[in-house]
Amino acid sequence: MLNEAEVKALQKKAIDIRKLTIGAIANLGAGHIGGAMSIVELLTILYHKWMQVDPTDPKKVDRDKLVVSKGHSGPAVYATLADKGFFPLEWLDTLNQGGTNLPSHCDMNKTPGVDFTTGSLGQGSSAAVGIALGNRYQGIERFTYLVLGDGESQEGQVWEAAMSAAQFKLGKLIAFTDYNKQQLDDYCDNIMGMDPLDEKWASFGWHVQKIDGHDFNALDAAIEAAQAETKKPSMIVLDTVKSKGYCFGEGIKGNHSMGINTEQASEAIAKLESEV
Amino acid sequence: MAKKYNTYDHMRDAFVDAMTDLAAANKNLVMLDADLSGCVNSGCFQAKYPDRFFNVGISEADMVGIAAGLSATGLIPVAHTFACFASRRAFDQFFLSANYAKQNVKLVGTDPGITSQMNGGTHMPFEDFGLMKMVPGLVVFEPSDSVSCYKLSQQAAIHKGSTYMRLQRKGTTVRYTDDTKIELGRGIVIKDGIDVTLIATGLVMVDAAVKAVELLEAEGISAAVIDMHTVKPLDEALVLEYAKKTGKIVTIENAQRCNGLGSAISDYLSEVHPTLVKRMGIDDEFGEVGTLAYLQKRYSLMPEDIVKTVLALK
Repeated sequence: MLNEAEVKALQKKAIDIRKLTIGAIANLGAGHIGGAMSIVELLTILYHKWMQVDPTDPKKVDRDKLVVSKGHSGPAVYATLADKGFFPLEWLDTLNQGGTNLPSHCDMNKTPGVDFTTGSLGQGSSAAVGIALGNRYQGIERFTYLVLGDGESQEGQVWEAAMSAAQFKLGKLIAFTDYNKQQLDDYCDNIMGMDPLDEKWASFGWHVQKIDGHDFNALDAAIEAAQAETKKPSMIVLDTVKSKGYCFGEGIKGNHSMGINTEQASEAIAKLESEV
Repeated sequence: MAKKYNTYDHMRDAFVDAMTDLAAANKNLVMLDADLSGCVNSGCFQAKYPDRFFNVGISEADMVGIAAGLSATGLIPVAHTFACFASRRAFDQFFLSANYAKQNVKLVGTDPGITSQMNGGTHMPFEDFGLMKMVPGLVVFEPSDSVSCYKLSQQAAIHKGSTYMRLQRKGTTVRYTDDTKIELGRGIVIKDGIDVTLIATGLVMVDAAVKAVELLEAEGISAAVIDMHTVKPLDEALVLEYAKKTGKIVTIENAQRCNGLGSAISDYLSEVHPTLVKRMGIDDEFGEVGTLAYLQKRYSLMPEDIVKTVLALK
């Protein structure tokens, strides 16, 4: 259980990461803001409480790993890693530009701290199963974390990986679904509804929790409970808001990827700061 | 006692033995299958190394993705399924999670081309060479007997980077000895000749080329035969040497002749030493069911077809 000071510190850190994310996308002019902003609390608590990683040694064998299968959330991942010290903050200004180390989708060979290359939706799920399996065979007692999108869960490979993780009893695999209810074309329910998502994962043999994905106390308790489950892989369905914290994107259609100009960015960042 | 690699009844046994033997010295080698373990007899590996064998069920895309994840932890995953699924069904996973991500996945596709026989057109990949050749940096090869299968599959396993082995499961032949120098990326000159060079890949096609040589001799034609087991990277030096030496080349492959072995050789020679290259293979067709003997005739890949092709060369 987090104390009040810890919650406040995490909330402040999340605002920092959101500001960096908005700034990087605005510097470029457009980008995948929606699904980046909805996982900021998750990234914040993973990198500032739960994950054992060393920014000075990003390839350390004995570390926890994170596979962000919804690879288009790269901007939030990069903001989190830069803030944590994996690479200079100035790199964020190179997002998606020729020769950058921060491409639109996560790339383990370009970005220090990125643990697997993703972009073709669904593929990160199997990769995370492989990492957890490889760690177990080699006696590496670390957790593998996986972030899936809700729209991404329409990919069949997600469910193939769901079966294999349960079959192999991967207790050290902890997955999250960013259940922000929107995908590129429309609200998920209007395209290919997936409810009840939590029951689907439970029926696949996973330990399942459903929480408010923007609530640090809920996130903290759920990760602790997931770590305590050693026989089954865990799924934590995060009830989130797409584009959370970017005021010009929240609650509208078309916020998967959108243009952001510097004025909008300044106004959105000022609004975030006013909430501290 | 030294192992006799040419005593296997089937190439699959040489492959599984090669992996099992290598695993004894290399604890990082692991194997995966997608419910076709019984078809390649990888149960022998599983029996010896149960904690290093993962059967993921009928989910080839997942298998290749899991293999990529295993590789990211430093392991050497060797993943098997039929060639039709390895190439067509799991192509995006192999392309991105394994190759684009610079992982070290050893993918093995069995029953290539007409060797899928009774499984028929749905299971008959003629396009896997072409698809795999287009993956940047990927090593693509097909052994032609048990000795080359054993040696090449071990070399591929220790190669740094992903590889694709096309493997005829059933049957084999005695072509090479344990002492034959067999090297990934280097073609093997089976017979020298001066009038034309037959360049083939895989058991059935190399066999056909070797038989065609005897028939051509009766016609007074001296043909060289090269087993080009590695289609990518191509042994350009050997191709150039024989292009200069014989002036004419016939390629023979159990695959689409578009973008396969013949294409690779034509692409190369057209830029450095324009040479007449006749490409034998499947000509923009789907597969169909039948025995190997029927299919080899059906797709004009018999030794007699090679002879006809050579005789028609200007």
